[in-house]
Formats: sequence, C-alpha cells, structure tokens
Amino acid sequence: MTSGAEKVVIVGAGPAGIRAAEMLVSAGVKPVVIDEGMKAGGQIYRRPPDGFTRSPRELYGTEADKAVALHMLFDRMVADGLVDYYPQSSVLACANPSLYALTPSGRREFGYDRLILATGATDRLAPVPGWQSPGVYSLGATQIALKAQGVALGQRIVLAGSGPLLTLVATQLLKAGAEIAAVLDTSSFWTQMAGLPGMLARPGLVLRGLLMRAKLGRLYHPGVKNMGIDADERGPVSIRWQDAHGAMRASECDMVGIGWHLRAETQLASLAGCQFDYDTGWAQWLPRTDRMGRAAEGVYLAGDGLRILGADGAEVAGRIAANACLSDMGLAAPDSSADLRRLARYERFARGMARAFPWPADMVRKTPDDTVVCRCEGITAGQLRDGVDFGGGEANRVKSLVRVGMGRCQGRYCQLAGAELIAAKAGISVFDAGRLREQAPVRPAPIGAWVRDA
Amino acid sequence: MKPHPRTGRIVRLSETARPRVHFHLDGSPCEALLGDTVLTAILSSSDRLRQSEFGPERRAGFCLMGACQDCWIWQVDGGRLRACSTLVTDGMRLLTEAPAGWPL
Repeated sequence: MTSGAEKVVIVGAGPAGIRAAEMLVSAGVKPVVIDEGMKAGGQIYRRPPDGFTRSPRELYGTEADKAVALHMLFDRMVADGLVDYYPQSSVLACANPSLYALTPSGRREFGYDRLILATGATDRLAPVPGWQSPGVYSLGATQIALKAQGVALGQRIVLAGSGPLLTLVATQLLKAGAEIAAVLDTSSFWTQMAGLPGMLARPGLVLRGLLMRAKLGRLYHPGVKNMGIDADERGPVSIRWQDAHGAMRASECDMVGIGWHLRAETQLASLAGCQFDYDTGWAQWLPRTDRMGRAAEGVYLAGDGLRILGADGAEVAGRIAANACLSDMGLAAPDSSADLRRLARYERFARGMARAFPWPADMVRKTPDDTVVCRCEGITAGQLRDGVDFGGGEANRVKSLVRVGMGRCQGRYCQLAGAELIAAKAGISVFDAGRLREQAPVRPAPIGAWVRDA
Repeated sequence: MKPHPRTGRIVRLSETARPRVHFHLDGSPCEALLGDTVLTAILSSSDRLRQSEFGPERRAGFCLMGACQDCWIWQVDGGRLRACSTLVTDGMRLLTEAPAGWPL
C-alpha cells in the first residue's frame, strides 16, 4: 500500500469520473465515487433502469462499444470492491475538506483530501417566447426520455436550437418512430462552414454528422430566426419561425425540444474554490486549471464540467486529472503526454464545433420584454432590464433585485442569457456583467431528509 | 380537486412489454410500466406534473437530468420527490398540488 491515508473523492460517474476512478484504482487507491445516476454512465452513456431490453447498439448507435466498455469497467470495479460507490446521491455543498450529500439512506458527509470533480454539463438554454409552457423540454431531456425510457415527449415534435445534439436527437427520434415536424437550427449555413476547418481535426465525426444531417432531409432548416412558441393550457400548439430567406413560417407541434450546445456544470467547482474565466469561444464561464486539470489545492476537474469536449474528451480528461492527483500524492503516475496531445486535438474539433453552432447572442439580446427569462420564477426580460436600470449592470446585483438566478435551478438555465441581456442593456461586454456566485445547497434538499439525519 | 384529462403527452416508442405498475395521481388510479420514472408514469396519463407557483402555466418537467428542479411533486404523506430521477413503484400516491392542510 503506497497511497498512505489520503482519501480521494470523485463526484460524477460519467466517462470522466469512470476513467479517473480506473487510474486511481490501478495505482492502488480506492476512491469514493458519488453519482446522481441510478447506474454509472453519465448522461450520454446513460443506462435505462432494470427491465429494459434494447441493445447497446440501439441505445448508443456508433458509440455502443465505448459505452459498454465504460459500464463494464465501472461495474467490475464496484463488484471487486475497488471503488466505494454511492449512486443516486447528490452532493449539495462543499466546504473544504468535506462534501455534504443526500444519499438514498439520508444525509452523509464525505471527508476528502483530494477531490476530482467530473460533474459534466447540462443543455445551454436561451429563452424563446413561450418556453415556460409544459411540453417544452431541453434537447438533452428529449434524448434522455428516448434512451432511458423508450418514449417521445410528444406526438409531433419540433427541435430547435443549435449544436451537435440537435441533429443527433432528431435522427435518433426518427429512427425510433417518432414524428418530427421540423428541426430549426439558429446557425446559418455559412456560420457552420466557418467552423468546419477546426472540426476537421476529427474528420470521421464530421462525416458522421453530415450523414445524420442528410437523413433529416427537408425537416432541417439552418439560419432560423425570431422563434416563438404558441401554447394553450396543455402546452405548445405551434412554433413560429423566420427562415433563412426571411419568410415567417409556422410548424404545428405539441412538444418542443430546445438547446444550444452545452453549459459546463460548475457549481461544486466554484464552492471548492476554483477560479473562472469567460471563454468567448464556448460563450460561458469555465473553471481555470492547469493543463492537467488542477484547479485549486487538492481539487481537480475533468470532463464537460471543465471543457465542453464531449464523451471522448471526457474519458481522456478523466485519466489526466487522476494522474495529476496521483503525482501530487507522491505516487507513480503514467505519462500523460499522449493523452494531452489527444486532448489538444479534441479541443481543436470542439472549438470548431462551438464556432459552427454558436450561442445565439444576438437573438438573446433582442429577447422581447414580455418573454420569460427565468423559467423557475417566471421573470421576464423586461423585469431584468428594469433591474439593470435600477441597480446597474452586474449579474449578482440584478439577481438580488429581480431574482433571475435565484430560483430552484439556481441559474443553470438563465445565467448565460441573463448576462447577455444585462450586457446589452448596460452597454458592456458579457464578461463584465459578471458571473453569479454559487450558493449551497446547489440542489434543493427536502428539509425533512436533511434534518432527520443531522 | 379538478379531474385530470386522461390524455398524456408521452408516446411510448418501445419497451412496452414491461410489467404494469399501479399508482394514484390526485386520488385517481393510474397505470404505468415497471422501470418508468415518476415523470414518465404521470405524463403517460396526464399532461402536467404540477402548477407553477410563479405563473399561470402548468409544468411538465424540463431537463430530465436532475438539474432544473422543475419536476418536484408531492406525495400524499407530505413528502416530495423529483419525478425525473425517481422510479415509480406500486401503490405510490402522488399529488400535483400540496396536500390539504400544508403547511402544517
């Protein structure tokens, strides 16, 4: 035993968390792995509950082998007692050197000497008029419903936004037999071309994307503007949109899935003491680390919670962060130089992708005053702009005044749009509008469950 | 309590041979399949999970990955659960509004 008594905790059991655990285990360290999922895999390699029978090929398509390899690796480590695994457990707070989590058996404190955060990402959302209606979901939700439950969230579906998930989810739904009315991409054909040189760092993926796009045929529309969801009490009835030639059109539907690529999930990273920089390419605040993922004393980051590189990049980043952790513990760690080169190539591709399918900053800045920006509490763009007039162009100030970012999602789905609106109103850059300070608990906790075990 | 429209928003595309599960939604008996999340189970029979506290609209979940917190609903015993990340079980008694008399 060379690891001494140092305790390593990994948060998240997606591709990054699983590979980080693997590296630690092979160096003789037994990590604690805390994960919100019922089974390890994360979101993109999410597994259905017991009793479902579709094959990995049906669930994960071309990525089936990678998904199965990760699932088997992690299950084997758990079965062999090599990791201490806590599924269905939410870390709510982090106060160095402890995490405070809600597990199925109640509240639990996890002390750590070193912390690897592999918390992944969520959809990055921009407000669309009417998006607070029931029956409007994120693109990620649309995919999770299909993959983990075998269902479509509506009879007649419109998918809108931009990014790799838009095309992927559309083709998966079509293949499964769902009815899609339209796929609306806010990125224009020429914008997509501008991202192509970077994306050619992974030519196989570009080809696969183009083939998927071809399958969508005339359902797919690039360069869409001025979307608005018309809804009745039950939910969407249609979505209005302006096509690339400027004509207004409408698509009847009872479900809309929206999303603009991904947003790093960074709440715990912030509570653990990480610093952040606004990344103009990915149009969001991302944690500052060295190239091995070291973010603060004894804190390491990996996966989409650090850089939006997707599942392949997350596996590599998970290994790298674990290696940094091992070498800081004084243990022998494998050489990371090949992984670092691989990661650099993935990043060229991912930055090309971010350029091809950008955050719709102009659309967000022009959000009509009566459009809801904060879904949690129904706060409109107009109220947010009034807050800027009253208190100035700083995100945390505006949050205190009008509560954008204070609701149950804790700003996950309004922060980036809010910053854009504040910047436009105050005539400043979006990074000068500032980043919301995270507060624990990062997810709501039933007070009974919390108090009972105190 | 208003009766629910017996039309859900969920369309089952596959995996429909799973055993059935019975639960109550606002007092009415409903049926789902073993392995359904509470969200899938409810939205198979109904078009909503709850009423928004801040606006006129109903809510039916949003992210399905435990991040947005839109889908917390009530149980008859007063406890709450996140519908997207909890599996439905036989005999669950679920509510789309707070139980009568809450807060106690």
